[in-house]
Amino acid sequence: MDINYTAILPEIMLSLVGICIMLLIPFVPRERQTHLGYLALAGIVLAFFGVAMGWGQTDLAFSEMIFQDDFGQFSKIFFLFVSTVILLISMNYLEQEKLFQGEFFVLLLFATVGMLFMATSADLIMTFLGLEVLSISTYILAGFKERERKSSEAAWKYFLLGAFSTAFLLYGIAFVYGATGSTKYLQIAEAIQASPDYSLILFVGLGLMMVGFGFKVALAPFHAWTPDVYEGAPIPITALLAVASKGAALLALVRILYQVFPDLSQQWQAILWPMAVMTMAIGNIAALTQSNIKRMLAYSSIAHAGYLLVGLTAHNPLATQGILFYLVAYAFMTLGALIVVQIVGRREEQHTTIEDYNGIGYRYPFLGIALSVFLISLAGIPATAGFMGKLFVFSAAVQSQMYGLVVIALVTSAIGLYYYLRVIVSMYMGEFKTEKIPITISMPLRIILTLLVLGTLYLGILPGSLLNLAEEAASF
Amino acid sequence: MVLEHFWILILFPLVGAAMNGILGRRFPHPVIAWLSCSTVALSFLVALLSFYNFIRLPEDQRILTHHLFTWIQSGNFISEFSFLLDPLSMVMILVVTGVGFLIHIYSLGYMAGQSGYYRYFAYLNLFIFMMSVLVLADNYLLMFVGWEGVGLCSYLLIGYSFEKRTAGDAAKKAFILNRIGDVGFLIGVFLIFRTFESVQYLTVFQAVSEQFAVMGTEFGVLGAITLLLFIGATGKSAQIPLYVWLPDAMEGPTPVSALIHAATMVTAGVYMIARSAPLYSRAPETLFIIAVVGISTALLAALIATVQRDIKKVLAYSTISQLGYMFLAMGVGAFGAGVFHLLTHAFFKALLFLGSGSVIMALHHEQDLFKMGGLRKYLPVTFYTMWMGALAIAGVPLFSGFFSKDAILWKTFAAGNEALWLMGVVVAGLTAFYVSRLMFLTFHGGERSEKHHQGAPDPSPKEPSWSVTLPLIILAGFSLLAGYIGLPSYLGNNRLEEFLAPSFRFQFSGQAASAMEHAHLTEVILTLVTLAVAFLGFALAYHFYIKNPQVAERLANRFPWLYSLLRRKFFLDEIYDWLIVGPVQRISRTILWKGMDVHVIDGLVHGTASLMQAWSHRVKRIQSGYARLYATWILGGALLILFYYYWISP
Repeated sequence: MDINYTAILPEIMLSLVGICIMLLIPFVPRERQTHLGYLALAGIVLAFFGVAMGWGQTDLAFSEMIFQDDFGQFSKIFFLFVSTVILLISMNYLEQEKLFQGEFFVLLLFATVGMLFMATSADLIMTFLGLEVLSISTYILAGFKERERKSSEAAWKYFLLGAFSTAFLLYGIAFVYGATGSTKYLQIAEAIQASPDYSLILFVGLGLMMVGFGFKVALAPFHAWTPDVYEGAPIPITALLAVASKGAALLALVRILYQVFPDLSQQWQAILWPMAVMTMAIGNIAALTQSNIKRMLAYSSIAHAGYLLVGLTAHNPLATQGILFYLVAYAFMTLGALIVVQIVGRREEQHTTIEDYNGIGYRYPFLGIALSVFLISLAGIPATAGFMGKLFVFSAAVQSQMYGLVVIALVTSAIGLYYYLRVIVSMYMGEFKTEKIPITISMPLRIILTLLVLGTLYLGILPGSLLNLAEEAASF
Repeated sequence: MVLEHFWILILFPLVGAAMNGILGRRFPHPVIAWLSCSTVALSFLVALLSFYNFIRLPEDQRILTHHLFTWIQSGNFISEFSFLLDPLSMVMILVVTGVGFLIHIYSLGYMAGQSGYYRYFAYLNLFIFMMSVLVLADNYLLMFVGWEGVGLCSYLLIGYSFEKRTAGDAAKKAFILNRIGDVGFLIGVFLIFRTFESVQYLTVFQAVSEQFAVMGTEFGVLGAITLLLFIGATGKSAQIPLYVWLPDAMEGPTPVSALIHAATMVTAGVYMIARSAPLYSRAPETLFIIAVVGISTALLAALIATVQRDIKKVLAYSTISQLGYMFLAMGVGAFGAGVFHLLTHAFFKALLFLGSGSVIMALHHEQDLFKMGGLRKYLPVTFYTMWMGALAIAGVPLFSGFFSKDAILWKTFAAGNEALWLMGVVVAGLTAFYVSRLMFLTFHGGERSEKHHQGAPDPSPKEPSWSVTLPLIILAGFSLLAGYIGLPSYLGNNRLEEFLAPSFRFQFSGQAASAMEHAHLTEVILTLVTLAVAFLGFALAYHFYIKNPQVAERLANRFPWLYSLLRRKFFLDEIYDWLIVGPVQRISRTILWKGMDVHVIDGLVHGTASLMQAWSHRVKRIQSGYARLYATWILGGALLILFYYYWISP
């Protein structure tokens, strides 16, 4: 039997380059180790080629373990894009914090491998494997500033709670296996369709799996780790957790719910509905009184997980399309906002309270405009990507006649306006304090920020092209 | 090549506007001016090249579209960002970029040394961009973008000297009255989409010519659509009842009045109706309303124009009156004749405005006609060119206005509307009167400038620089010659109408061609009647203001009520104030602001805000930082889920 390597070519590339870097680390002097980032970048570029080589093919590869389909390709491109941005900003970050350790890049590449597997897996075991590869890498990355207490605390908490919730996931998989006799997506779906008198064991399995994924996506009440970990982790890793890790878990959940359990949609919708309400409410309300901007963005990312969940609950073709669109929009604006936070934070992230943003808008017009665009987009004001994303996700829910959920979503996003605009207000109306260390923006960051701003506006004004891509990807 | 990419002409002014708008503050004045004028010059060049290639195409291929990208797609609603070049938009874009270019040149001299120089040119470029979008759009929604855009530019430019209260008020008035019209326009577009499931011109016209092949008798959906669109046109093109903004808009700089409030923007309504001829030609009721509104506006505005003292106000009312003529043409189904008058009017009215600007400059911003006089010897170029414009608008034979106005009046008569024709003839007489009055008071007679009487050694007025006089000369040439492209049938071919024919091919053609169509003798007789009336107007003005200056005053004293009725513009501003503005303000202040806003809404907002803050603190307290508590949450959540499934499972 032929083995279809193109299905996992990007993963192979990333892993190989990761291992190469690991082997090179002992031979590179410490101060030069950030240069290994370029090698990692090359690895991601190779992975992009890997995706290109499998473009348009559909297959169920590796004995029905890996899907090769449009959804997978879309996700791979998305994760590789996010990893590229994070890699570029972390090179800057490591330089600034004098953390000369090449392992950072290796772990980043392995985390990416985990994400890619989660989005393409066709087997629960494979999904679990991907999740673990991603999780273990991010546990370490979250504590990468080992000299700093907050960072270590974040890593510990993330690890303990992560392990705890992963156990639920694994237990859930075991129950599903027990109920259906398989761990393969399509076979489970067939088994469920064949015997419509669902057993409690199946439901227990489904419920426990949702706990595991709910943790990764940061859905209430499994979200509590998010603010502490996002605040403590190095900023590029906060971005990785908020965008990539969340996205990977969400896309895996989309596949599982829509492909494995479509027949149980009533049952899982009944769980997701209250979770969505709680997530949106807690995220938005708790963000109101945060004084640290990283923490505020952490709660904001919880709120956005809630909006995505609204789409997921809708369970129709438009929902998948909307979720994919929203995820890209969310990535643009969250990455952008966190990059500004990194730039303003300066050495050792000393300036991360909202007061530190007073008057920045006039003193540093570029940062002011960029952050304003990202925050306005996060708040979901028209002509930005965030608005379009919300529009598609919520209209999917309207299509499924979930009017109550949409009303709650709209009310909570109205609350959200307050804390996003608060930052803009302090940027433009607060009084600028003379700073000890001036803010410097390196050229690569300036370019990335510009591109993200343009992307946010482009998707907000002309959503058509991405929407068409998402529409193709949404057909499993 | 040029023809395929004709749409790039819209980009140049946009670039100019962006550069001047963003960086202009730092540019020296010559750079701003050079940038601004050259972008419009490039646009005009592209338009000319397109025209050159366009007329070489066979007639049935003279409809080109260029699709840029899909702008909005939602369900079955699609709005493309694409452009249409057909004879109608070709004529319009030539006028917009051509006259626009001349006025940019003129502005160099007129605006020299003014503060906010970059702002002015950025807005002017933006206007050219928006107007180009308006005329080149290939669907109603994109047209609406341009429609709103030119409204915005008009607002910005009327309020150009915003530190003056009157200018700010005039800008707001123009904007608000336009918005009222826009509501109608927008609902009309919605209704078009509802009826034909498209907003693209060609699709809509195709559909309408199939669905309404036979003229309906009752007032149906087409009547509603056309009437709503016409409401939009009354706002933009200053017709009854929304015309009152245009005279006030004269607060803007004079080149702006010439470009936006005479030659181009205010004709957008006429263009829109001509563009929608396939719809309008199937809605006879609406057409009748348009004709009546048009001629009434023409008559009313012409009457008011006869007594205005401010030189620009006279021209403003004259513009309203001439627009009334164009709507009359639309109303009697003579779309080609209306566009013809639009074209000639663009030349001679821009000329008159620019000439008056030159006078105003020479007199250091004196606009009162009764303080001018005898300027002939100081401003010879302005004098001769302005007279060309005046003769054109008065409809003197051989000048452009004669041909276009006559075409409209003849078509009105031929369509069997003798009463409307008669009113049109009266307006022609009034036009000759007020424009000769303006010329006599400005250039002839004695010098009435106050400063001269006081004997102060005021340097005698001087003709401004070449950048002012050159556009005057060029426009004078067009005012003289532009009429020959639309000769009446007894003299030759109406080449403009032949050229425009492809644009009107979806027009309703069920009506039998009027029997009068070829009655040359009648046409000539009617023309002579109009000429006689116009001459009467001229003679009266000569009598009143040159020969016997006391007569006018005596007449005013004899009929004080009539005089003040006209002077106060039929009290329309006062009536609007009393009927609409006052009550709206009162309701806003007492009920909406103090009642609704302060108590209900603010109360609600502040209440919600403090409630949310309180909740937020509570949520924060739960977030204690202890991992064991977080784990308990996870466990609790898991138990809840499991309990729920246990509960629902059979």
